[in-house]
Amino acid sequence: MSMPFYVSPEQLMKDRADYARKGIARGRSVVVLQYDDGIAFATENPSRALHKISEIYDRIAFAAVGKYNEFENLRVAGVRYADLRGYSYDRVDVTARGLANAYAQTLGTVFTTESKPLEVELVVVEVGREPAGDQIYRLSYDGSVADEHGWVVMGGQAERLAGLLGAGWRPGMTLAQALGLAVQVLGSAADDGEPRTLGASQLEVAVLDRTRPRRAFRRLTGALLEDVLGGDDSPPGGDATPAP
Amino acid sequence: MTLHDSSGRLPHAFTTPGSSSFVDFLAGYAPDLLPGHRALPGGDLQAPHGTTIVALTFDGGIVMAGDRRATMGSMIASRHIEKVFPADEFSAVGIAGTAGLAIELVRLFQLELEHYEKIEGSLLSLDGKANRLATMIRGNLGMAMQGLAVVPLFAGYDLDRGRGRIFSYDVTGGRYEEQEHHAVGSGSVFARGSLKKRWRHGLDASTAVRVAVEALVDAADDDSATGGPDRARRIWPVVATVTEAGYLRVTDDDLAAAVDVVENGRRSTRREGGAR
Repeated sequence: MSMPFYVSPEQLMKDRADYARKGIARGRSVVVLQYDDGIAFATENPSRALHKISEIYDRIAFAAVGKYNEFENLRVAGVRYADLRGYSYDRVDVTARGLANAYAQTLGTVFTTESKPLEVELVVVEVGREPAGDQIYRLSYDGSVADEHGWVVMGGQAERLAGLLGAGWRPGMTLAQALGLAVQVLGSAADDGEPRTLGASQLEVAVLDRTRPRRAFRRLTGALLEDVLGGDDSPPGGDATPAP
Repeated sequence: MTLHDSSGRLPHAFTTPGSSSFVDFLAGYAPDLLPGHRALPGGDLQAPHGTTIVALTFDGGIVMAGDRRATMGSMIASRHIEKVFPADEFSAVGIAGTAGLAIELVRLFQLELEHYEKIEGSLLSLDGKANRLATMIRGNLGMAMQGLAVVPLFAGYDLDRGRGRIFSYDVTGGRYEEQEHHAVGSGSVFARGSLKKRWRHGLDASTAVRVAVEALVDAADDDSATGGPDRARRIWPVVATVTEAGYLRVTDDDLAAAVDVVENGRRSTRREGGAR
């Protein structure tokens, strides 16, 4: 009689976690940070069509790193979850906490029961009327959830970038200051390499603007983004490209 | 309706790729939430009924206006119901017919457009939106045959063609593009007559708003189910413009001024009153 290979549960989970971590670390980082009038998202992404940052609901947005097909699937599921909930109850009853829980259960179930874990890391963000009401949830491939404050970095080199972002971020930054910091962090080089200057065409940038009446999500592209990155300290005007 | 399966994860219907339509998703996952999928008991039913909606094009967009009355038989069920809504940023929908169903339908239609926009990352074309609405009306045919009809009027700014367009519907979901102006609901006969005489090429937005208000005043004059502007309570029709800049509801002050102009134009100087 042949003996089946025995793999301890510890080893099994460790292998899966290593596998997922490797997949996630290959991708470019996403930076999420709070500023005075909302929450800004930035990532290096030259594509105008394949987004890593998206709108989920009126005041909720989603950002992800990892395998595109897997997080795109979760994003669509999130939009369906939010729209169904808002349609059954009311728009104000759709919360980031509920969505983060649904994602966490999904990621956790896939991690433990399916042969391959999802190689994704997500952030679910809800912008409040006041900065104190902002909620940022970070979800890992294994379904663990962290309630973050102020800022988050995900993806490849997350630890190194988190150090830089943590040192530079402070509460109450303007949008221009926050995006300036985000772009500087994203362009920083490992070790002693030369830092890169990322232009508007290489970046995907969006905000959840708490001053907007209903749908707070807005993408910043083209001339508007260049204006903000160019150190223009005034808040972006109404000539924005319609979201998303 | 449940948002989780037994393991707590999002149900497979949520993570199945495919449709960008919320209505299609609902039809597969929670069909009981769709208005057209409910079984109806037989018998007569009295429910509030919304009335007149008018829409007209002007240079650079459209105006849509609706009165504020809902009736139930000979009774006034509401004197401040709203029947004109933004469908999305670049279109408006007005509804005549059974008020409860119509409002549910508008809510679903708004969500349908927003859902598509979020999932696809782009707006539907104006024709695409008009066709979606036709499909949803068609789904309501069973109810319409029992007397619970909903007849919308849809209008918006076509970003590709650079002009405003108006679409009307029948209870079977037939979609018809209207030229220049149109009206639906019980007072539509009188409103259409008024629009025919007042509409002309090259109207600007504020004149178009006045023409819409005047059409509603004419409808209210001769149709008991249409409510006119109510000065005492300061209840004005809901009037909105849709242009390249998006949906904009006309303010109460502007409407009061438009009503003033219309009423002053027909104020009688003789004691027995005129026929205007």
